[in-house]
Amino acid sequence: MAFNYDKYLRLEKMPTLWCWGCGDGVILKAFIRAVDKLGISRDDICVVSGIGCSGRFSSYVDFNTVHTTHGRTVAFATGIKLVNPDKYVVCVAGDGDALAIGGNHTIHGARRNIDMTLIIINNFIYGLTNSQTSPTTPQGMWTVSQKAGNIDPTFDACALGIAAGASFVARETMLDPKKLEKIFVKALEHKGFSYLDIISNCHVNLGRKNQMASAMENLQWIDKITMPKKKWDELSVEEQKNIFPTGILKEDKEAAEYCDLYAEIIKVHQGKRKPLTQNDFAKKI
Amino acid sequence: MALREIISTGNDLAAIAAVDAGCRFFGGYPITPSSEVMHTISDLLPAVGGTAIQMEDEIAGVAAAIGAGMAGVRTMTATSGPGISLKAENLGLAQMAEVPLVVVDVMRGGPSTGLPTRVSQGDIRQSKNPSHGDYKSITLCAGNLAECYTEVVRAFNLADRFMQPVFVLLDETIGHMHGKAMIPTEEDVKAGIVPRKTFEGPAEEYFPYECAPDQPAVLNPMFKGYRYHFTGLHHDKKGFPTEEIETCRKLIQRLEDKVEMHKDELESYEEFHVEDAEILIVAYGSVSLAAKEAIRHLREAGIKAGLFRPITIWPSPAERMYELGKKIPKVLCVELNIGQYREEVQRAMSRLDIEGLFKVNGRPISPYEIVNKVKEL
Repeated sequence: MAFNYDKYLRLEKMPTLWCWGCGDGVILKAFIRAVDKLGISRDDICVVSGIGCSGRFSSYVDFNTVHTTHGRTVAFATGIKLVNPDKYVVCVAGDGDALAIGGNHTIHGARRNIDMTLIIINNFIYGLTNSQTSPTTPQGMWTVSQKAGNIDPTFDACALGIAAGASFVARETMLDPKKLEKIFVKALEHKGFSYLDIISNCHVNLGRKNQMASAMENLQWIDKITMPKKKWDELSVEEQKNIFPTGILKEDKEAAEYCDLYAEIIKVHQGKRKPLTQNDFAKKI
Repeated sequence: MALREIISTGNDLAAIAAVDAGCRFFGGYPITPSSEVMHTISDLLPAVGGTAIQMEDEIAGVAAAIGAGMAGVRTMTATSGPGISLKAENLGLAQMAEVPLVVVDVMRGGPSTGLPTRVSQGDIRQSKNPSHGDYKSITLCAGNLAECYTEVVRAFNLADRFMQPVFVLLDETIGHMHGKAMIPTEEDVKAGIVPRKTFEGPAEEYFPYECAPDQPAVLNPMFKGYRYHFTGLHHDKKGFPTEEIETCRKLIQRLEDKVEMHKDELESYEEFHVEDAEILIVAYGSVSLAAKEAIRHLREAGIKAGLFRPITIWPSPAERMYELGKKIPKVLCVELNIGQYREEVQRAMSRLDIEGLFKVNGRPISPYEIVNKVKEL
């Protein structure tokens, strides 16, 4: 029997604001299936989004939902999570949202390894505001703010997540909804900061001026620039440069989670344990 | 009301007050001269099972605090002028989405980095309109040590009553002042807590933003079966984005009216020797302490001076100022800025002949300077 999404959607908000053929809908559906698979109650999950096409994600799902200011998703979510450590908190942000204006919060959320999932819907462009350069826009592409070709070096979202200290880092594309669903399940199950670079298409505002004006052309391009991590590892360093590895890129189940650590701080202040010292983190150092 | 004696600083008292008033989350970032609020509350909150977090920047500090407020917890941030500048956009979201929050602002010299360790009252205008758009700020101003406690307690109750951020202005002098204060007992403060309203009926009948034109939103805590939406966009009764003309108009008008039509619940001021005054000094914050001292000297010299001290700065006690302005011939505003509140006094009193004694070099105004200025008038 086909999966019934109705229970999780705010049907009165349909159709979505997303363009025909947009990958965000594929991501939304995969996410819903993952939540369903884990049997998470709609009341036990909060979805926090920022500004941009991805920002509308939160208004479509029938959970506790927050649409924040541009780039601040992880910061708002941190407050929500710290006062509800036993609930699921999920951030949905675009590439501009999470990596440009909100880059600092992305770094520090990952560094704290606070138990939440950050879904970066990465379509390589500012789509909602009509084609401005984003941190992930490939060099040489046309954008409305760099019509002579983007000269800003292309950002690798996952490299940032790994370096910043997220304990679960993965990349998938909207080309494979089954894989997407699996990675969402893994991310939600993971205790710690789950950092997901989910590649999506924007044939309208990225593709149109970059020789991939149809959704299909844009998807083919995504297929070309991504490759499962195992295969990617076999490439030469030079070949790896223009290809993004997909799959789980980092998984550390031992890393201390921030809410758990804060519970220790509470114990210290309630006289139930001695203050933490460097020795408590010896393994990490 | 029972009182207890405490020896403390203004910044510490603000932190103690927050925890006594039921605050259970603090999100902040270090900034002089407010940092001690965070230092102290980072010890006090975990002791009662709450959370204090130093975030990566000022923006994140207030964002985390608002997040906790959305989740349903009493929440606070503390900062100084440059921090308010950074927090402004998210304060706008809290106004728009009607999230209660207390913002302690310990004022220092500005603009920009200004005079970080020195006193000023430069955030009077900023606390009225930190963010763009139309909304009505609530700003309280502590004029002595005890009020660093009592005004923070009041701010939490007002934030929940009006469902919006409430500023408590301290200045560097008050924040770092160390001395004895008589403050209400913890029991009395707890007894006085009025939590935010919640909706108890069935979830399908819950519309958080469907309220009378003069009333705030009714926001239930998260994760309790009442699923709705927070957004900074214009929104409908369930919190969802809309551009419907009447819904948009009504929402913004309500943000204004929920405060404007209930100003009487907010009004707070102190009068000192005002009854027979022939010259009225208007001062607030630490400056009011110097003004009181000056008035004692002036009275001894036979000059009938009095003090009007607004405690609720915004919305201002305009009606009372108008009455006083009608009968008292001379009015002098004494401020650690260039007349940021004099503009409001002029408006409220409907008269332009308001004298000013202003200082913007980071130094306090002494009673002696006020006495001399009054004698010149």
